[in-house]
Amino acid sequence: MCPARASDEAGPLSSTKDIDALIDLMAKLPGLGPRSARRAVLHLIRKRSLLLMPLADTLATVAETARECLNCGNVGTTDICDICTSEKRANGELCVVEDVADLWAMERSGVFKGRYHVLGGTLSALDAVGPQELRIPRLLDRVPAEGIAEVILALNATIDGQTTAHYIADQLEGQVRLTSLAQGVPIGGELDYLDDGTITAAMRARKTL
Amino acid sequence: MEWRDQGILLTTRRHGETSAIIEVFTPSHGRHAGVVRGGTSRKIAPILQPGAQLDVLWRARLEDHIGSFQVEPVRSRAAVAMGNRLALAGLNAVTGLLAFCLPEREAHPALYTQTEQLLDLLDQPELWPLAYLRWEIRLLNEMGYALALETCAVTGTRDDLAYVSPKSGRAVSRRAAGDWADRLLPLPAILRGEGSAPDGEIAQAFITTGYFLTHHLAKDLGQKPLPEARSRFVEAFIRRSAK
Repeated sequence: MCPARASDEAGPLSSTKDIDALIDLMAKLPGLGPRSARRAVLHLIRKRSLLLMPLADTLATVAETARECLNCGNVGTTDICDICTSEKRANGELCVVEDVADLWAMERSGVFKGRYHVLGGTLSALDAVGPQELRIPRLLDRVPAEGIAEVILALNATIDGQTTAHYIADQLEGQVRLTSLAQGVPIGGELDYLDDGTITAAMRARKTL
Repeated sequence: MEWRDQGILLTTRRHGETSAIIEVFTPSHGRHAGVVRGGTSRKIAPILQPGAQLDVLWRARLEDHIGSFQVEPVRSRAAVAMGNRLALAGLNAVTGLLAFCLPEREAHPALYTQTEQLLDLLDQPELWPLAYLRWEIRLLNEMGYALALETCAVTGTRDDLAYVSPKSGRAVSRRAAGDWADRLLPLPAILRGEGSAPDGEIAQAFITTGYFLTHHLAKDLGQKPLPEARSRFVEAFIRRSAK
């Protein structure tokens, strides 16, 4: 029996037990299923010295060192991330994002030069997520403590995302300049393919040429 | 099993990596859940925002299966709601309360019709709070907690009605209330469908409807707390009125 049949009723053979365990773990990664996990594991085994060993070492290191920044919630290997410690980033602008993936997306664009605050989700009555479950209290502390002049609410254009944005805006009203990302036609977007909600938002946010 | 209907999207939850489980409020099938395959994709996710009007086709092998939905957008209300703080809070309150208190697969066509009309008023902030109040009264009515505000529960008079009994939901006149007045709920004229609906009266009416939602409806649903979206909407309305 090969690892490909690990889920058979007979159960995995002891000779392939470790490999089966690796396949099971890999199959839990986003974008991978059992078949693609098997292919990835087979590839790793074939490239043992080039891929498998360095990957195993790096995984062990990251498992040891990865942590959330105590200030902004970004993921790094130090208690306070590089963005929070950089003096160049202390320009009085704070960009609030929902998730670390959103922070990384903003950083990829290179358009924002200030600091970030990762909420760790959005308010959701359905899932009983309130302000205390998110990093909203920490955000409210940071604004006066770091001399923030503008808070940019870069939250998703969803009902939950905008509900959270309005909640934060209510909490910070009068203390600081509050802005949010524009909503409308994406770069390269064709009107014919846009949903009517996006077209409505784009029309409302139209600008003079 | 198969049916087609129009409905208002109440909730969306991720299901696995690519699918979503949605709850839709339809006129003929009430609050109904189902899986949308590919519901988290870039094409479909923007459609599946709470409050959206959808054309849904539900299929399942057996009636008691969760089944799957094929969805077509009829109109989105997210863009309208997102631009206005009060509208967004109101949309959340409506979808949150419906998801909270409607029994599954039980038709409430009158409530559905009023809900659709209410959500279509989202872009009219001057009308919305009063329409929302009337909708809450309808919701209480449909759930079996109708307020009887025509005559005084004590004297039977139709005049000088000023309070609502928190126990029975019946009106009480100022004279009959006597020393008990501070234990009764306010009965502004707007709650009886009278008067010009000033913001102050609507806010008072929200205290009364909120009491019955919290202490009767939510209590009977197993002491579950009422969705916070409702109190956030009322707070947003009071804040707007104060400006």
